[in-house]
Amino acid sequence: MKPVRSMVLVSSDPESIQKGAQEVFQRLQQEVQAFGLEEEIAAAMVGDVGRHDAIPLLIVYPEAVIYGPVKPDDVRFLVEEHLLKGRIAAGLQAPARELSGRIAWLSARKGTLPAEQRIVLERAGLIDPEDIEDYIAHNGYEAVGRALSEMTPAEVIEEITRSGLRGRGGAGFPTGTKWRFVAKTQSDTKYIICNADESEPGTFKDRLILEGDPHSIIEAMTLAGYAVGAHEGYIYVRGEYGLAQERLGKAIQQARQMGFLGEDIFGSGFAFDIHIHSGAGAYICGEETALIESIEGKRGEPRSRPPFPTTYGLWGKPTVVNNVETLANVPPIIRNGAAWYRRFGTSSSPGTKVYTVLGSVNVTGLIEVPMGITLREVIAIYGKGMKRGTSFKLAQTGGSSGSIIPASLQDTPMDFDSFARAGVSLGSGALLICNDDTCVVDLATVLLNFFRGESCGKCTPCRIGTERTHQILTNLSEGIGKLSDLDDLLVLADGLNQLSNCGLGQTAAAPIRDILKHFRAEVEAHVRLKVCPTGVCSMSGRQAKAA
Amino acid sequence: MTTGVKDDRDVRSVVQAAVTRHGATQEALIPVMAEVNQALGYLPAQALEEIGKSLRLPSSHLVSVASFYRMFSTQPRGRHVIQFCESAPCHVMGGRELLRALEGELGLVPGATSADGRWTLLTASCLGVCGVGPVVIVDGDIYGAVTPERVPEILARYP
Repeated sequence: MKPVRSMVLVSSDPESIQKGAQEVFQRLQQEVQAFGLEEEIAAAMVGDVGRHDAIPLLIVYPEAVIYGPVKPDDVRFLVEEHLLKGRIAAGLQAPARELSGRIAWLSARKGTLPAEQRIVLERAGLIDPEDIEDYIAHNGYEAVGRALSEMTPAEVIEEITRSGLRGRGGAGFPTGTKWRFVAKTQSDTKYIICNADESEPGTFKDRLILEGDPHSIIEAMTLAGYAVGAHEGYIYVRGEYGLAQERLGKAIQQARQMGFLGEDIFGSGFAFDIHIHSGAGAYICGEETALIESIEGKRGEPRSRPPFPTTYGLWGKPTVVNNVETLANVPPIIRNGAAWYRRFGTSSSPGTKVYTVLGSVNVTGLIEVPMGITLREVIAIYGKGMKRGTSFKLAQTGGSSGSIIPASLQDTPMDFDSFARAGVSLGSGALLICNDDTCVVDLATVLLNFFRGESCGKCTPCRIGTERTHQILTNLSEGIGKLSDLDDLLVLADGLNQLSNCGLGQTAAAPIRDILKHFRAEVEAHVRLKVCPTGVCSMSGRQAKAA
Repeated sequence: MTTGVKDDRDVRSVVQAAVTRHGATQEALIPVMAEVNQALGYLPAQALEEIGKSLRLPSSHLVSVASFYRMFSTQPRGRHVIQFCESAPCHVMGGRELLRALEGELGLVPGATSADGRWTLLTASCLGVCGVGPVVIVDGDIYGAVTPERVPEILARYP
């Protein structure tokens, strides 16, 4: 990469493209040429930069000045003022209030926020994701180079095990252990699968990693392949993530051309290659065995386990399935060592966690923070408090399969074990912050509607259980529920949890148990008083009866 | 997006092109279906038959896969497909009011196609653009933070 004076990035998430990011980028290239600045200025489209309030955004580094929303006709003025004359074009800057907790500019202002730490999102928003040289210039492919030349596969697994890295897809299984299972299974063929079927509502962290730093996933999968003895990998990308698929495709091509994928990587004799497989719209395919079925060209219905994919995975071969965020942690660990990694987070859950903060806070967006931070800190520091003076009522973690966290648990450290002890789940990394205008019955109805639609229908407890619980919740919200419905809900919730074949059904009822445990009075008001305390539910059945 | 029954020859050439690109293996089934669905707007029975012949798969398998994934349709859809996100993050940002506005403006319930073949209204569990709820996608175009008031103006863009 040649040295440049300024780096200009244009946001190119789907919504930015919709709002003209492509035109802005073209004009930028034209104007940079028109002013004869092409030797000094590098420009790139960088995917989703984590904020959507003023897109398309145009960010100038190293100053980290953010302009937005930028119209194509603004570009000439911007180039002339900022890039030629070196003055900030003040009228065009994005609103300052929003400038916090966002990924693109955070590295530039590291240290201004407490506890901010970037491992996974270190490069996202800072490098040109379509330029492998930019990745290499930022320590890219250093880890795989070191591993292939200086470490044995067993040493790679040992390093990952000692780092304490745990799966970020929701379950928190130790990554090193999973790799060791596959490594010790005898087979001529093994596979590495990157689970990029991120479909939990409210979660889009993996999309940002894939769009902003696709080479990090290629490097991580190559390391995993080397560690367990696999020579082929699949990235299963959610069907809706068009830009991520495009970027990954380009990245794989570039990596092959540079010899980071293919035969004899780094002259080590190790061969590895990666295919992209697009999903087609099915939440259940985020479950690892359903994902494998889908790659094999079938309905995405989960298999019975055991056997687990580590012994019987894709095409019946031992297979590692890791989430995008999990994999993104791997190259930094190999590069910097397990001891370095353990400095972040808590002792049982080292490292960082990426969250999407959504809902009724002043600043929504993506943050990467150490494991063990509390909800109160997230809301106060990164969310900049609740909106319009409302108060915090609950947070819904981890998309639909997470928990409903009441305000009383907002000081519980957010790590796998502390949350498990409190009876809640960290989930996939979405934090939907709800204020006191939120009705828990309404929220649970929406969540169960999701599972009702996305249950694959293979096993009865899930197919029927999600439908029945949704119907009962709907009755409650219409004011025609009975007190015995609440007992039925708990029975159905137990059935879902204990009898379902896979994680979808097992966690589907978590919202029901959570609201009955923490907000029972509010739920009962819908039955006893026929009143929705927040005024959200229609209670239309009651009115119909009265009429 | 197009509607109506396809000419058999069209269907065959679309399927052949997709099979050539992705290969004639079972592993290629979903990519092939995705490409055919994209080209024809849906997966007509002839297309499933052609794919089955090329990939040597029974039609029961093809129908089971085609009916499983949300992005595939075995029925013709309107010229413009509207997807409304009904997930919790969009819901708490005003999704319910938005869906009512869409239904009212279109005169359609979710899943239905308008009589003139202009619109199909679908609900989706999650569209993956949760930062800007409530979200509507018309054809491929994403609209975030949509208010009921914006609905007529957005729909007018799709004649």
